[in-house]
Amino acid sequence: MGAVERILEREFVPADDDGVVVCRCEEITKGEIRRAVHDGIFTMTEMRRYLRAGMGLCQGQTCAKNVKALMARELGVPPLELEHATARSPMRPVEMYVLANEEVAD
Amino acid sequence: MSNTSDVIIVGGGVIGNAAAYYLSKKGVSVTVLEGSADIGHGGSSRNGGGVRQSGRDPRELPLAMYGIQNLWPGLSGELGIDTEYTPKGNLRLGKTQAHLDILRKLTDRAIACGLDVRMIGYEEIKSINPYLSDEVIGASWCPTDGHANPLTATLGFYVNARRLGARFISGEKAVKLQKVKGRLRKVVAESGVYEAETVIVAAGLESRPLLNTVGIDVPMTGNLMECLVTEAQPYLFDQMLGAAEADFYGHQSKHGSFVFGGSSGFEGCTLDKSGLLENYEKTAPATCRGIMRYFPDLKRAKIIRTWAGFIDVCADGVPVLGNAEEVPGLVIACAFSGHGFGISPAVGYNLAELITTGKTPVDISALRYDRFKAKI
Ligand SMILES: Cc1cc2nc3c(=O)[nH]c(=O)nc-3n(C[C@H](O)[C@H](O)[C@H](O)COP(=O)(O)OP(=O)(O)OC[C@H]3O[C@@H](n4cnc5c(N)ncnc54)[C@H](O)[C@@H]3O)c2cc1C
Repeated sequence: MGAVERILEREFVPADDDGVVVCRCEEITKGEIRRAVHDGIFTMTEMRRYLRAGMGLCQGQTCAKNVKALMARELGVPPLELEHATARSPMRPVEMYVLANEEVAD
Repeated sequence: MSNTSDVIIVGGGVIGNAAAYYLSKKGVSVTVLEGSADIGHGGSSRNGGGVRQSGRDPRELPLAMYGIQNLWPGLSGELGIDTEYTPKGNLRLGKTQAHLDILRKLTDRAIACGLDVRMIGYEEIKSINPYLSDEVIGASWCPTDGHANPLTATLGFYVNARRLGARFISGEKAVKLQKVKGRLRKVVAESGVYEAETVIVAAGLESRPLLNTVGIDVPMTGNLMECLVTEAQPYLFDQMLGAAEADFYGHQSKHGSFVFGGSSGFEGCTLDKSGLLENYEKTAPATCRGIMRYFPDLKRAKIIRTWAGFIDVCADGVPVLGNAEEVPGLVIACAFSGHGFGISPAVGYNLAELITTGKTPVDISALRYDRFKAKI
């Protein structure tokens, strides 16, 4: 990981399809994601925290790839350069009373 | 690009970003060095969002009150980002007589500092929050406390500081501070050397080794604390909640999910083998049991995410803030001891005043770096 200067030379250019919803759980559009990059949101982890894209019920399992591609294009870097946001336990949503129970059945 | 600016800030957490914002607003040129790849990747993105005055040490309370009176109310409008600041009060709950004794002590101390906080009984608690378990027998109630969203607040300060011209470099870890002719002048980082008139060290726990390079030591230690969040739920309540023993706290976010923090009692003794801030297996289940004892109705709410973060706990439980006369040009802002989010706008604002005018609106002298004395 090298030092990254938080500067973006290109300007934000509105597009016709900016209204397309990319993250369905949180209803975040393409335009919002593209604009956030120009606000200085350069990593997928930051994007989750800033717009909640990928923070909903599916935790980004559906949209992460598309968010990544969009961000990479806006930043002018290959998508492979962008790290996915950290996956957090539990892998599937778990009801509180289930997670609370540590007893092992014999 | 020239590596010289008026101020260098080491650490792009909520404290560093808030200072960068208020300094930039005053036309000061700022460079922020953030060691990790993500802005705000430390405690600032991992905390419970409490914006509280009640329960705070009298040395820290004036900053908490200043922020709530002067800065938080207009912050979302000023930043153009919803920080979800919700000043709808804080209930600190007690279930036993011993709990009530703790709450009474904290409350008396805060009243002496001029805070509007009082003890309330079962009936009043139920009228404020009907969902609480009947086991709760008393609470302290501070109507001006509340909560906010640490993610949007931290990044909101960043985005706005950057817009005002502050330079941010991520993935750039500072390794050494250097004096030139008796005055702090340089920050040596992994990929470059930066120069400024003033350097703010706001690197959380990592501030200690960095300050050591100019002979200053802040006695603090790291504690890994954990939180969890539920899927969005129908709206239940607005207050921030805590418990007398500080083992459970949380709120319902604007988005509908509940954010709760808790503990297992093994804090400080868990091993984070990976360096990735791993959750400890016993903590989330213990937190769930704690929540269900206060909110039986939440037992079927689904947990969708858990995480951990370090708090930089000072030997005497309050932050270290301000100039260090021994090292002219140095400003220290660390050891927030698990309460740095709520006071972050006030800290950033006061640091900007300190650097530009030499004075702070809030008296921060009790938070000096050289206050530590051995017990005998
Ligand atoms: C689980 C949990 C719950 C909490 N709950 C609350 C709460 O309810 N209310 C509240 O007020 N507070 C709470 N806190 C505390 C609060 O999060 C912190 O006090 C606050 O975020 C401190 O901000 P900071 O900017 O000082 O630190 P951090 O956010 O840790 O920022 C420090 C930054 O410095 C960077 N850094 C470190 N070393 C270097 C280096 N050498 N060079 C460059 N950069 C470096 C780090 O990467 C990091 O981004 C909680 C904390 C945790 C962990």
